[in-house]
Amino acid sequence: MLRDGPGGSESHAMIRPGTIQHLISLLGRDRVLDADEQLIAYGFDGTATLRETPGCVVFPETTAEVSAILRHAHAEGMPVVPRGSGTSLSGSAVPVPGCIVLCTARMERILEVDADNLQARVEPGVRTAALNEAARVHGLFYPPDPGSMNISTIGGNVSHNSGGLRGLKYGVTRDYVLGLHVVLADGRILKTGTACVKDSAGYRLKDLFIGAEGTLGVVTEILLKLSPIPRAVKTMLASYTSIRDAAATVSAIIAHPVIPCTLEFLDRTTLQCVEAFAGIGLPVDAEALLLMETDGHPAVVEEEADVMMAIAREHGATDVKAAGSPAEAEQLRTARRSAFSALARRAPTVILEDATVPRNRLAEMVAFIQETADRYRLQVGTFGHMGDGNLHPTFLTDERDRDEMARVHDAFRDIFEKAVSLGGTITGEHGVGLSKKDFLPLVVDDTGSDLHRVIKASLDPRGILNPGKIFG
Amino acid sequence: MNQPQAIRLKRLDYRILETCIHCGMCLPTCPTYMATKNENASPRGRIAMMKAVASGELSPGGHFADEMYHCLGCLACQTACPADVPYGFMLEEARADVEASRVLATPARSFTRRMLLSHVFPSRVLLRGLGTMLWLARRTGLQSLALRTGLVRLFSRRLDALAPLAPPITRPFTAMGYRTPGNPNGPNVALLAGCVQDIAFADVNRDSVTVLEKLGCRVSIPRGQQCCGSLHAHNGELETARRLARINLDAIDPLAFDAIITNAAGCGSHLRHYARLLRDDPDYRERAEAWDKRVQDLLAFASTFPRLPESRAPRGARQRLTYQDACHLVHGQKIHAAPRTLLKALKEYEWIELPDSTRCCGSAGIYNVTRPEQARALGNRKIGDIRTTGADVIAVANPGCMVQLRALSREHNLPVRVVHPVTLLAESWQ
Ligand SMILES: Cc1cc2nc3c(=O)[nH]c(=O)nc-3n(C[C@H](O)[C@H](O)[C@H](O)COP(=O)(O)OP(=O)(O)OC[C@H]3O[C@@H](n4cnc5c(N)ncnc54)[C@H](O)[C@@H]3O)c2cc1C
Ligand code: SF4
Ligand code: SF4
Repeated sequence: MLRDGPGGSESHAMIRPGTIQHLISLLGRDRVLDADEQLIAYGFDGTATLRETPGCVVFPETTAEVSAILRHAHAEGMPVVPRGSGTSLSGSAVPVPGCIVLCTARMERILEVDADNLQARVEPGVRTAALNEAARVHGLFYPPDPGSMNISTIGGNVSHNSGGLRGLKYGVTRDYVLGLHVVLADGRILKTGTACVKDSAGYRLKDLFIGAEGTLGVVTEILLKLSPIPRAVKTMLASYTSIRDAAATVSAIIAHPVIPCTLEFLDRTTLQCVEAFAGIGLPVDAEALLLMETDGHPAVVEEEADVMMAIAREHGATDVKAAGSPAEAEQLRTARRSAFSALARRAPTVILEDATVPRNRLAEMVAFIQETADRYRLQVGTFGHMGDGNLHPTFLTDERDRDEMARVHDAFRDIFEKAVSLGGTITGEHGVGLSKKDFLPLVVDDTGSDLHRVIKASLDPRGILNPGKIFG
Repeated sequence: MNQPQAIRLKRLDYRILETCIHCGMCLPTCPTYMATKNENASPRGRIAMMKAVASGELSPGGHFADEMYHCLGCLACQTACPADVPYGFMLEEARADVEASRVLATPARSFTRRMLLSHVFPSRVLLRGLGTMLWLARRTGLQSLALRTGLVRLFSRRLDALAPLAPPITRPFTAMGYRTPGNPNGPNVALLAGCVQDIAFADVNRDSVTVLEKLGCRVSIPRGQQCCGSLHAHNGELETARRLARINLDAIDPLAFDAIITNAAGCGSHLRHYARLLRDDPDYRERAEAWDKRVQDLLAFASTFPRLPESRAPRGARQRLTYQDACHLVHGQKIHAAPRTLLKALKEYEWIELPDSTRCCGSAGIYNVTRPEQARALGNRKIGDIRTTGADVIAVANPGCMVQLRALSREHNLPVRVVHPVTLLAESWQ
């Protein structure tokens, strides 16, 4: 996880001039970047400390072009790293040295919004927010809304099975993918899934590619489910003097049972950074904040909101209030989405993880994170999709301090082991990529590891697709 | 890596460059990224290149230089960035490195830049001269050979593209040394006349005085003030920018005034950072700090008054008014609400929000001279947005943006009045 990317010319030498020439003949000069200066901007994704230098970057615009690129790479044994917007937080989109970065950002057409069947067909480079804007015109929306939704691509979302602020009620990307077009490593094109809500013909092949982090194929078209925009939404904010109280509130709401659409959590460090950015009057002296939201039928929303606010108060919330207007609610959501980046105000390197536990173990997990930070003398800010049991403990550090970086690594190992011992997992939504490879054996047993290898080898026998990610 | 010591980016504090955690949250707000989907044209891509130059991994070459100038300097990325990355400051340093490396230097470019930045903008006489020539050039359809000589020839082929953008020359308003007695208890303010503003939009300065006086201020326009130096700083000429800053600091004693007022967004966002510009100058640093504290945009300043003058009643049907956020007001100075509060209070107008009002109109300092195609594409989108509002009047608080929107609305036959907000206040306030 904590590697210093050497990058540089040695690795760059791996790409052959013939390959560049061929790619230019396929795509034209302006859709192939290969000058050293131009490759720097493609050396990283959203993950701290990881950097490598690719051999070139290509911008295909059609499935046929993707297929031609992969056919050539397959024949030549050239590594290919698919990339959407490069906001991955696990290093999954970091290039391998000298590879072809296959960037889908220009495959950005929304091919169809089918309001009758509540579906949309899109190219992989469509931004998550752009799909939502297109759906809104029809009174529909696309529920999975990662914090990065304004820039993340649907292709990236599919490849990480991304979640979002509304995951608690609406689920994650996998729950919305009906069908996929995928270009396989050798250039063959697979069309899988149908527009039907039900389909039991054969293996669910599409599921193989959801969350595959670009290691099994390049997704070039996606058929997605949409939902009708709920008639009412209520957004609330609860402040606490202890993180445990916030966690206990979440467990109690879910056990009640109420299924709100959002239960997002910010600790004191995070909320202070967020307030410094957003300036919307968050209570900066609180130890923890919960951003809560329920949506649906107006009468139900009112009732659920009352229940949630009452539970929050019973569990020690010092202040609970509802957003006064849709604009205010949107401000709160936007502020929450900025949490990770806002933490960078405190330190030059911010390393966040994605530990996830069953929701009745949240209080225990949050406490453990704080103890671990203290034990390793580290500064931590924690936030996350608490309603999903998904926490983002974020260490505020400086990558030049080797000693501290080693402590960060050890702290994460402890946190992951704890999460797994509580019945949780090492990553809820950011994927394994490079940064969690070492920890994968904590959650995938030997049989599982074997199956991973068998599947990878049969779909990508030459190992050209995003090699070295997830495992291996 | 020629002359590693000379690279300015290397001298920046590590913390400044490392503030960017390459999260990508700024990307969707960047006009050049959204138009190209190329990370080299994105804020985080540009920052990555700056970091590589700072670490010595990269020496400023052609692609680097090109991207530093492809950037509009609109600072939308700075507003979007939760991590508080000072992109505008880094861009100024990077452009200074580009100039020092001379990778872009061609005789024509060097000559044009030198004439414009070292001679024309700092000199009111030459600026007027250039303005008059461009204006004449437009009037005469470029027929006159004489016009192709002298200063105007600097632009050679660009002249055709530029001529419609040349602002008409207004009769100068600014009486340097102007002072009103005003209300002896009112705030004592100095008005900065600006360079382009004063030549091409002298009426905006006149209206600024009117507005300040209606607010009960004592207004002075101190003699000896000069171009603020923003164009120089934004275009890699930091030395000239510093020279101009010192001249202004000599001309205006910040401690003698309650506020130093500017009405041009582009100037304001630079004027508030003289201390940073002169951080290595012990003779001026302190005075510059006092200066920075007092510099205020006119609209933001006006909005702090608890009571504003009554606005006049509509004569007939109310006109529809919309507002474009000048980049260096909304992104450069974070002034968003103040102009809206002031304008919405004017009874003569019906207020309409402009969609995407915080997206750059393409004027971007001298961008519409240096990158006419990209500037035009952005300008055309802006005109499209304005059309959807059905506005009769669009207010924008920066001379460059006024020039751009006037030229393009004329070209697109969009009958809309492009005006500085302060002019509307001066007209309406009683
Ligand atoms: C500020 C911030 C907030 C975030 N919030 C969330 C959040 O709330 N929830 C969440 O789940 N994630 C979140 N993320 C993580 C990240 O944004 C998501 O994983 C997102 O889905 C990545 O999309 P992308 O287009 O940037 O993909 P990239 O980063 O470019 O790629 C991600 C992976 O997908 C592969 N890939 C991309 N496109 C294709 C394709 N067409 N075919 C095959 N493989 C492909 C890449 O090879 C890589 O392995 C956040 C990130 C940031 C920076
Ligand atoms: S400039 Fe700010 S928003 Fe943009 S990538 Fe860097 S940290 Fe993120
Ligand atoms: S200043 Fe404007 S054009 Fe330049 S990187 Fe930032 S958003 Fe993009």
